Amino acid sequence: MKSRYGFKYWMGLSMRQVTVIIATILSLFPIYFMAVSAFKTRSEYIANKWGLPQSLILTNFDTALAGEKFFIRFANSTILTVGSVCVSLLIACLAAYAFARMEFPGKRTLFNMIIALMVVPPVVMLIPLFVFMVRWHLINTYIGTILIYTGLLLPFSVFLMTNFFRAIPREIIEAARMDGCSHLGVFWQIMMPLAAPAVVTLVVVNSLWVWNELLIALVFMQKDELKTLMVGISSLQSRNYVDIPATMAGLLIATIPIVIVYIFGQRYFIRGLTSGAVK
Amino acid sequence: MLRKIEPYFFITPAIIVILIIFAYPVLRLSILSFQRPSEGSMVFVGFTNYLAIMRDDVFLRAVRNNLVLLLCVPIMVVIALLLAIFLFERIRGWKFYRSTLFLPYLLPIVVVGLVFSYIFQLRGVLNEFLTTIGMGRFALDWLGSTRLALPTLMFVIIWKEVGFGVVLFLARLMSVEEELFDAAKIDGANWWQLQVYITVPQLAAVIEFFTIVSMITMLSWVFGYVYVMTGGGPGNSTMVTELFIYQSAFRYNQVNIASAVAVLLLLVTGVFIFLELRLREGSSIVEAVE
Repeated sequence: MKSRYGFKYWMGLSMRQVTVIIATILSLFPIYFMAVSAFKTRSEYIANKWGLPQSLILTNFDTALAGEKFFIRFANSTILTVGSVCVSLLIACLAAYAFARMEFPGKRTLFNMIIALMVVPPVVMLIPLFVFMVRWHLINTYIGTILIYTGLLLPFSVFLMTNFFRAIPREIIEAARMDGCSHLGVFWQIMMPLAAPAVVTLVVVNSLWVWNELLIALVFMQKDELKTLMVGISSLQSRNYVDIPATMAGLLIATIPIVIVYIFGQRYFIRGLTSGAVK
Repeated sequence: MLRKIEPYFFITPAIIVILIIFAYPVLRLSILSFQRPSEGSMVFVGFTNYLAIMRDDVFLRAVRNNLVLLLCVPIMVVIALLLAIFLFERIRGWKFYRSTLFLPYLLPIVVVGLVFSYIFQLRGVLNEFLTTIGMGRFALDWLGSTRLALPTLMFVIIWKEVGFGVVLFLARLMSVEEELFDAAKIDGANWWQLQVYITVPQLAAVIEFFTIVSMITMLSWVFGYVYVMTGGGPGNSTMVTELFIYQSAFRYNQVNIASAVAVLLLLVTGVFIFLELRLREGSSIVEAVE
C-alpha cells in the first residue's frame, strides 16, 4: 500500500492537474484575449497583443455601441429570443402534458416522431421556409422568424417537459381530477407550478440557442434595421474591419449576458444541455 | 365524447407548428429538387439536379470536407473522456474546472469564430507568440492557406464542442455506483485497467450518444464557423455542404440545385436520427431527465 503515496502516485496526480490546467487555460485564453483587447487602443493592441491593457480605456465601447447600431440589434435579438422562447414554452408544455398524462391513439409514434426532429438541421428547411415566408409576407418580420424558432425549439422542449411531467406522481393528478378539476385546471394549477425548475432549465437553454443562432437570422431578418446581434457581428469580419479593439468590445458586450446568466444559473445549463442523455 | 377529443386540444398547437416548420418544408423541398425553372414556371426534370451536383466539383469538395470534419469526433471523445476522468478523480478545484471547460460550449459561434480569426491572423496573437518563443518558422498563415484552413477550423470546432462531452461524461460517471470502482481497486486493478474495464463500459451509452450527436454536428451544424472564419475559402478549401446550400440558394439563385443537396443532407441525417432513436429505445440510461 505504501507505493500508493510514492513517486508514481504524485507523478500521476500532477500529470492530471497539469493536463486539466492546460485545458482550462486553452478554454479561457480566447475569452481573456477578447476581454483585454476590448480595453486597448489600436496602437496598443498592435504593440502588445496578449498582455494586460495599460489602462481601462472605454472608447472602444463607445465605438462599438454607436458604430454597429448596437442597441437596435441587441433589441432585435432580445425580441426574437423572448418571443420564441415564450411561445414554444407554452405550446410544448401543453403537448407534453398530453404525452405524459393522457391516453390517445398514436401517442407513442407521434412522440417519437417529434423527438426525432431534434437533430434535423435547420439548413434543410431553409429554402422551402423562405418560399413559404415570402408567399405569406412574413420575410423580415418578427412574427415569421419567431414562428420558425418556435418550431425548431419544440422537439427538445416537448421532450424535456414530457419527461418532467412523467415524473410527477399520478396520484396528485388523479386526486385533483376526482375533485372535479378539468385537465386544463390540472395543467395550470398543479403541473405548471410543480414544473418550475424544468421550465427554468428549458428557458435558459432555449434562450441561449436563439440568442446565438446565425443562419435563420441571416436569411429571414435581412433588412438592416431588423438584423440580430449575431448577424451584425458576423458582418464585421467580411467588411475587413480594421478596428480590432472596437470589434472586441462589441463581441464582449454580446457575450457578457451569457456569461452572467451562466455564473448564476450554471446548474440549469448543465442539467438542460445534458438532459438528452443522462439521468 | 369530450374526453376523447380533449388530448388533441393539448397537442394541436404543437402539431400545427411542426407541420409548418418541418413537414411542409420537407415535402416542398423534395418537389423542388426534381424541378427546374423554365419560362417562368417550374417543370419536372427528374434526377437532373441530382446528376448535376454529382458532377459539381465545389459540391464534391464540400462533401469531402464534411467527411474530414468527422475526424474531430474521435479526438473529441478521447479528450472529453480523459478530462472527465481526471475531474471525476476529484482533483483540487474540479468544480471550477468543470465550469470553465464547459464555458466555450455556451458562447456564440459567431463570437468564437471572430475571436479565433484574430488569434490565427498572419500577424495575430498566435504567430507573435510563436515568434517570441523562437519558433518563428511555425508562424503560418493559419486561415489563409488552402492546406491549413480546414485543420485550423477543426481545432476551433473541437475547442468549442469538447466541453459538452466533458460535462456529459462527468455527469454519468457521478451516477456510477462507487462500489464498482472500490471493488476493482480492492482486486488490485491499476489505473488503466480501472478505466478500460469499469469507466468506459459504464459510459458506453453516453459515449455512443455523444458520438452520434457530434457526427451530426460535423455533417450539418458547422455553418456558423465556416461562414464567420473563412467563408468557405481560400479556394473552397473549407467549403461545407451547409454553406453550399446557402450560397447556391441565396447568392447564385440556384434554388433547385440547393434543394437537391438539402434532400441528400436530410437523408444522411435521417440515418443518424434512426440510430439515435434506436439508442433511446434500447437503453435505459438514455431516457428521462430528473
